[in-house]
Formats: sequence, structure tokens, C-alpha cells
Amino acid sequence: MSVSPEQVRHIAKLARIAMSDEEIERLVPELNNILGWVEQLGEVNTDGIEPLATVIDQQLRLRDDVVTDGGIRDEVLANAPEAQHGFFAVPKVIE
Amino acid sequence: MVELTSLTIAGLREGFRSGEFSAREIAEAFNTAVAAARALNAYTVETPEDALAAADAADKARGSAELGPLAGIPLGIKDLFATQGVDTTSGSRILKGFKPPYESTVSANLRKAGAGMLGKLNMDEFAMGSSNETSAYGAVISPWRRKGSNVGLTPGGSSGGSAAAVAAGIAPGATGTDTGGSIRQPAAFAGISGIKPTYGRCSRWGIVAFASSLDQAGPMAKSVRDCAILLEVMAGFDPKDSTSLNLPVPQWEAGLSSDLKGKRVGIPKEYRIDGVPAEINSLWDQGIEWLKDAGATPVEISLPHTKYALPTYYIIAPAEASSNLARYDGVRYGLRVEGVHTLDDMYSATRAAGFGAEVKRRIMIGTYVLSAGFYDAYFTKAQKVRALIKQDFRKAFEQCDVILTPTAPSAAFGIGETTDPLAMYLNDVFAVPASLAGLPAMSVPGGLDGQGLPLGLHLIGNELDEQTVLNAGLAIEERAGFSARPEKWWS
Repeated sequence: MSVSPEQVRHIAKLARIAMSDEEIERLVPELNNILGWVEQLGEVNTDGIEPLATVIDQQLRLRDDVVTDGGIRDEVLANAPEAQHGFFAVPKVIE
Repeated sequence: MVELTSLTIAGLREGFRSGEFSAREIAEAFNTAVAAARALNAYTVETPEDALAAADAADKARGSAELGPLAGIPLGIKDLFATQGVDTTSGSRILKGFKPPYESTVSANLRKAGAGMLGKLNMDEFAMGSSNETSAYGAVISPWRRKGSNVGLTPGGSSGGSAAAVAAGIAPGATGTDTGGSIRQPAAFAGISGIKPTYGRCSRWGIVAFASSLDQAGPMAKSVRDCAILLEVMAGFDPKDSTSLNLPVPQWEAGLSSDLKGKRVGIPKEYRIDGVPAEINSLWDQGIEWLKDAGATPVEISLPHTKYALPTYYIIAPAEASSNLARYDGVRYGLRVEGVHTLDDMYSATRAAGFGAEVKRRIMIGTYVLSAGFYDAYFTKAQKVRALIKQDFRKAFEQCDVILTPTAPSAAFGIGETTDPLAMYLNDVFAVPASLAGLPAMSVPGGLDGQGLPLGLHLIGNELDEQTVLNAGLAIEERAGFSARPEKWWS
């Protein structure tokens, strides 16, 4: 499989990264190189193999459903590029 | 008096405790060395007052029962550990000016043990790189140079600032993180030691996430003993990390022994690959002899899926990265590009301006392999091959107790010399399999190549068996007698 400039443009849109046509053109061969290389995994017989999701066997823990953190609104907002009235502020999304 | 910046952590600890010198003298010596070594670009932020404050507390507590195990020791902290009130940018423009309101568990553990902080250490952007050239702060220059040459070399990456700082004597030890070799390859390039523990030993809480199923913190220092001292403090159960292992931390330092009688050292035949310089293979052979001399028995083992480890990694790591890095959206912290009208355009413009080329490349690969229609062909396939790689190691450890390989397929290369992304990825060919299997692994210096640059030997242990890795590392350290230090051209 190889990617076309249109596909790369679509991936950039999914990834929310603005890209010029020149950047797209430059990325197409780079991505195809990498994808061509990873496709050698096709040689490996993985029939009946469970995908590995947890590298060291362990059980996910449960904890009591209680509040353990919070009440630090101002600290959380301190790093925001824009905060208003105790909220993160973003460009208007509803007309 | 001895030059304090040349001592190991064990040496500093002893001198401080015996009263030979004060913690303040240690901190001042390192602060001065840090300020004089800016040509290396190893630190992104210097925090001399932090190191002094911890030193004064240590001096006050000397002789009391409250003295922490790292009292009097100042350390460098890789820039992807969140440090309360101190810029934490992960080497990226997109986190410019981010001052965490919290402290990472690992750095908090070090502080609780009495350590001070000399500053934040430069790194490849979001730990994506093997040369420290992708940092928004510019490349770190290795303190090492080829014999008779002034060409700037890379310290490796992504923990390049950490490696350079320890090698140059501007930190006695440093934190690193390793996703696919980011502690071990730079340790090898810089002639120092570094260990990545079993996945889950060190809490990932407060570490800027790259690929969560692989990321592990670990120490980088001048000696194996120093690595054991630091790792004991850094490791430990943390309920704030769902993959943190709820196990007691072994006393690795007390357990150090270079007597390897009865231990079997696996030599994987698949690690004899084409294109590796003869010097690296002969150092590997020398390493086998050293371990035999320490009492171990070498056994040939097979890890049949080795050649698929890198392509597996370059699906899984970018996939997890594309998901983890979705949080950089210009809303909650870091950079925001203004002057665009819609929320979507703000996201896209901010991420375009904030991420460097390698990070964008990996987000794009990751987004693609996770996208509808390709998920099974790439991501699920890679997870299955990862299971086979893990199984290879499980079988191998039925025949051996520790595995010996070279750390990297080359010595340090020049800044700007490797421009092809795939060629750069190959740096981690020996390091990545252990990462995919979550195993403890360490690099120790073995010797110098013909150009006068350090080469490392790599030890991989079974799950939770850091002790055997450290002990084999110590056996090599004692026999290699590696004492070379870079010539001090930077100050």
C-alpha cells in the first residue's frame, strides 16, 4: 500500500496539522518509505496470536469511587493561553 | 581537594557523609560547571538556587536520622519530567512556557530522598529522535570528539542532554526516559551507564507521554553502582499510574555483586547483523570473555523475530504518540496561534507551528495506521508481532539469565550527518526489542573505538530481574576499566 497526496492531506486533516502543498509533496515519499518498510511485518505468520496490549502481566486495579483531587481551578487555568471567567477560552464555535 | 564534579554519586555521598566536603560545596561546584558548559547546550533551564536549597537542607540534616539517601546530591532532570513551577517543555515549541502546577512522581521521589535539581536537560522533541537534533532548543553537542577533529558530534537521543551532562561532569547523574532506546543509546554514545527498568517499575505520572505502553524512566550516571542508587529512589508503586507495578523496590545497591558463577549469558545470533563495524562486534566478543571471567557461561540463543522489532516499534510508538499528542491543541497550555477564526483552524495552525518535522512525521504515521480501514493491517498486526517478540524472550530466558549484545550499531555520529529518517531509526535496532518486551536493559561503556569514541555493551534481563542486569553490568565495568573522559574543550 502507498499513500497519495490526497490521502496525506486527509491524514493531516485528521491529525489537525495545517500543511502547505509543498509539505504534503515532501511527506508523500517519506511516509511511503516508512510504510513500505513496516509492511515487512506481512511476512510474519500471526495466525492465532493474540495482540499484545499489556507487556507485563498485571490486573487493572479498582479504587474507591471518591474524589481524590480537585479544587485547584486557578492552578489548572494558569497555563492556559486564554482563560476567562474561570474557564478555558476558545474561538467561538456556535454562530 | 578532589575535583567534586569528577566524582561518582557514591563518592559524593561518602565524602558528604564523612564531612570531607559539604553539600553546598558540591552544589556550587556543579552550578559553576553547568554555567561554564553552555556550549554543549545540554540544559534548557538552569536552576542553581534549587540545587543550593537542597544542599543547605542536606548540610543541616547531616548526621541526623532524617538524612535521605540522596542528601547532598544535585541531579539533572530530563525536560519531560514535570517539575513544579519550572518550565517543562519536552523539547517542543508547543509547550513553550509551560510551568506544571505539579511534580512528576519520579522527580518527587528524588526530591524526597534529598536530591536537588541543577536544571532541566535538553532532549529530542517529545523524545522522538536518536540524536537530540529534533529539539526546539537546538542540538546538544556531545562533549566527545573524534581524535584530531573538531566536528560536533551528537550525544545520541532522546536523552541526549542527560548523557552529555553526565559525561561532561555537569551533573553527577540524571534522569532519562527510554521508549525504544532513549536511555541506552545516548549512554553508549557518551561513555556512561544507563538502565531502563522493567516496564511499570517507575511511575509514568507527570512524565510527558510519548508511547505509553513503552515509556519507562531510568537513571543515567557514571557507574553501575550510581545507577542502582538512583533507580532505588526513582522506582516504586504509584497509584496514580495504572500500569505501575505494586511490588516492593529491591535493594539493588546492596545486592550488587560481580560474581556471576552459575549465571548463563545468552548471545542472540540474530544480533549479528550486516553493516555493523567490526570494532563493535569485537567488543561484543570481548564482553563475552569478561562475563566468562566473572564466572558466567555463555549460551547461544535465538530471538527469531528480532528483525521485525523495529518495524513493529515504528507502528506502535507513532500510533500511541498520535493519540497522546492530541492533547496539544492550544487550549489548556503551551502555544496558541492567534488570528484564525474557527476552533478547528486554531488547532491546526497551533499544531503546525508548535511541532517539529519529526514529531509531525510520527503523528502522521500514527494517525494513518490507526485510521479506519488500516487499523487491523498495521496496528493490530504490529501488536501480534509484539506478542511474538515477547514470546521469543520468554523462551530465551528458559535457557539463560541475562542477554549480552552491543548497545548501538555505531559510535556517535556527527550533527547533521544522518538526514534519512529510516537510517536514524536503525540506531535503535539492538535497543528496541527489549522495549517491546518491557524488559530491564542497561548500557555500560566497554571501550573506545579507533576514533576515540565510546562504545557500549547492552545487557537485557528477564522481567523484574534488574539485579542480574546490574550485576552483569558491574562485572563488565570492573573488567573494562573504562576511565576515558572527554577532553574539556567547552570551558
